[in-house]
Amino acid sequence: MVEKVLKSFGVKYLQVLDENSKPDARLMPKLSPKQLVELYSTMVLCRRFDEKALILQRQGRLGTYASFLGQEAAQIGTAYALAREDWTFPTYRDSALLIAHSMPMVSLLQYFGGDERGSIPPKGVNNFPISIPVGTQGLHAVGAAMAATIQGKKFATVACLGDGASSEGDMNEAFNFAGVFKAPVIFLCQNNQYAISVPVKQQTAAETIAQKAIAFGFEGVRVDGNDVLAVYSAASAALKKARSGGGPTLIECFTYRISNHTTSDDASRYRPDSEVKEWQKKDPVIRLRKFLVAKKLWNDKKEAQLLAGVDKQVSDAVTKYESIPAPQVEDVFKYTYSEMPQSLKEQLDDYRRLMEGK
Amino acid sequence: MVTMNLVQAVNSGLKCAMADDKRVVVLGEDVGADGGVFRASDGLLRQFGKGRVMDTPLAESGIVGVSIGMAVAGLRPVPEIQFSGFLSMAFAQLVNHAARIRMRSRGAFTCPLVIRTPYGGGIRALEHHSESMEAVFSHVPGIKVVIPSSPYDAKGLLMSAIKDDNPVVFMEPSRLYRAVKEDVPENSYTVPIGKAKVVKEGSAVTVISWGSMLQQAKLALSHTDVDCELIDLRTLKPLDTDTIIVSVKKTGRCVIVQEAPRTGGFASEIIAVINDKALLSLKAPVSRVAGFDTGFPLYKLEDHYLPSIERIVAAIEATVNY
Repeated sequence: MVEKVLKSFGVKYLQVLDENSKPDARLMPKLSPKQLVELYSTMVLCRRFDEKALILQRQGRLGTYASFLGQEAAQIGTAYALAREDWTFPTYRDSALLIAHSMPMVSLLQYFGGDERGSIPPKGVNNFPISIPVGTQGLHAVGAAMAATIQGKKFATVACLGDGASSEGDMNEAFNFAGVFKAPVIFLCQNNQYAISVPVKQQTAAETIAQKAIAFGFEGVRVDGNDVLAVYSAASAALKKARSGGGPTLIECFTYRISNHTTSDDASRYRPDSEVKEWQKKDPVIRLRKFLVAKKLWNDKKEAQLLAGVDKQVSDAVTKYESIPAPQVEDVFKYTYSEMPQSLKEQLDDYRRLMEGK
Repeated sequence: MVTMNLVQAVNSGLKCAMADDKRVVVLGEDVGADGGVFRASDGLLRQFGKGRVMDTPLAESGIVGVSIGMAVAGLRPVPEIQFSGFLSMAFAQLVNHAARIRMRSRGAFTCPLVIRTPYGGGIRALEHHSESMEAVFSHVPGIKVVIPSSPYDAKGLLMSAIKDDNPVVFMEPSRLYRAVKEDVPENSYTVPIGKAKVVKEGSAVTVISWGSMLQQAKLALSHTDVDCELIDLRTLKPLDTDTIIVSVKKTGRCVIVQEAPRTGGFASEIIAVINDKALLSLKAPVSRVAGFDTGFPLYKLEDHYLPSIERIVAAIEATVNY
């Protein structure tokens, strides 16, 4: 009889700026003052975009919207580490990641305004359309990463997921494929602790999401998801590893969904206000600002200038969004197949005749 | 009797079924503390406790798969799939297993579960929240497909479905959840599965619909002078062919209204049934008003996609003037 431990594992946790914005000098990523300010400015821009989107929804000017409030660091820290040619596979809560990865704000408004054309990225930018089903996009990200390897291309991919998606079969298949094929992918798991109403403790008996990667044979790391510098560091390292053939990484950003699940949800039904307030104290935007102020890179005057600038950017995007002519029903027919089948042509003709006769 | 909307009637049906039979359990995403995203399971957790009302991990295939296990082991699970568009993620469990267990084991194992799922468009929702996949489920042998269009029927049919010894896909038209109200008994009652309802008698043309489109067809009837007979199928499988055939033999004309895409939709099956059993009574070709053979578009275009009153009236008038 032999009984011994064959393998034992640990889960790494990374935090660069603590909750009082005090940095750990040994862990500081190499970012210039200009880059730090740029990172902060993007966070503020996205925050203001999110606030505006919620207002537009309440006014009936936008459809159902999923706020990312509180998750800016996780999304922007990751996006900031990406190269332009890297692909993203976002969920409905990743607008900040998309904005930080070259997606125009007007496109996001258009998308949440019920118009598929909002999913069209700018030329050369590979932001895949937002996945509404939870957890299905992980496999797509892995497949695209495998395609990069097969074709000898240098891009990596990012699969976005939440704590809820880590329960889906598809996502676990994605982890497994990524491990087996050493795909150049990073799994960005924003553990915001709620899948609509279900708290993460009821989602999984595992203490961290990061440790799930271990079972699939690759590295998982938990980072303070409200610390943009930690997220940036972890993402940069994971991307470097991916590009050099080292395979996938699961980055669990431990954070909190400050807002409702979507504008259709009322989170007060299932979680206490006091919990939300606790997490508001850990605001990722304020955390970086305090650090910048302490480093004398930021002050009230700069803040005022920044706010004026981003508010104009956001309101320009809203104006542009609302001036876009409505989508044409013909488009739905035109883009169903590469060539419109006869049966669809007939349906479109019938419909046009009816509309013209009105 | 209490005035209820459709989602309140579903809630009442679940409460009655759980009170009547302790084998009945409810599970799904957000069905517990939140009471379901549409509030269909509101209050169940408080009344029946965690052992019978389970917030599950976010995994549709998992929800249906464990429901199958519960059903074969003696429970009567009523899993909720939050939107029918996500039921496709549980498709393998439903089609490969739930539907086949009885035949596979020659009845040694059975699978009495009811998958409740909101379906259909018109609620300005995000992608995959608006599909009408009833024809897909109706195509699968071994599954019953039930679709109410009114609060009274919703409760009575749901209670029948839970008592039924077969797997049932119970599709609830989300845009009617709060649109129609009527008197509903607070106590238990059933409405039989497999029985259509003649909502309004008429002589000139038979109009057949179900679920969300039944209410749309009803509205269309008030926009035409044609004397229509309106049938609410209520159950797609097993189909009540008798009610259809008696009516079509009387009127000689038929218009079918479905929200789902046209090709391979359930209307096609009804036309085949009429062809088999009432062809020589027809005075005009049977007409279909359907969604287009395209994906369900995001909300800026959904009013184009959904069969409109104008399209239904045009089809009725073209059929009587054929």
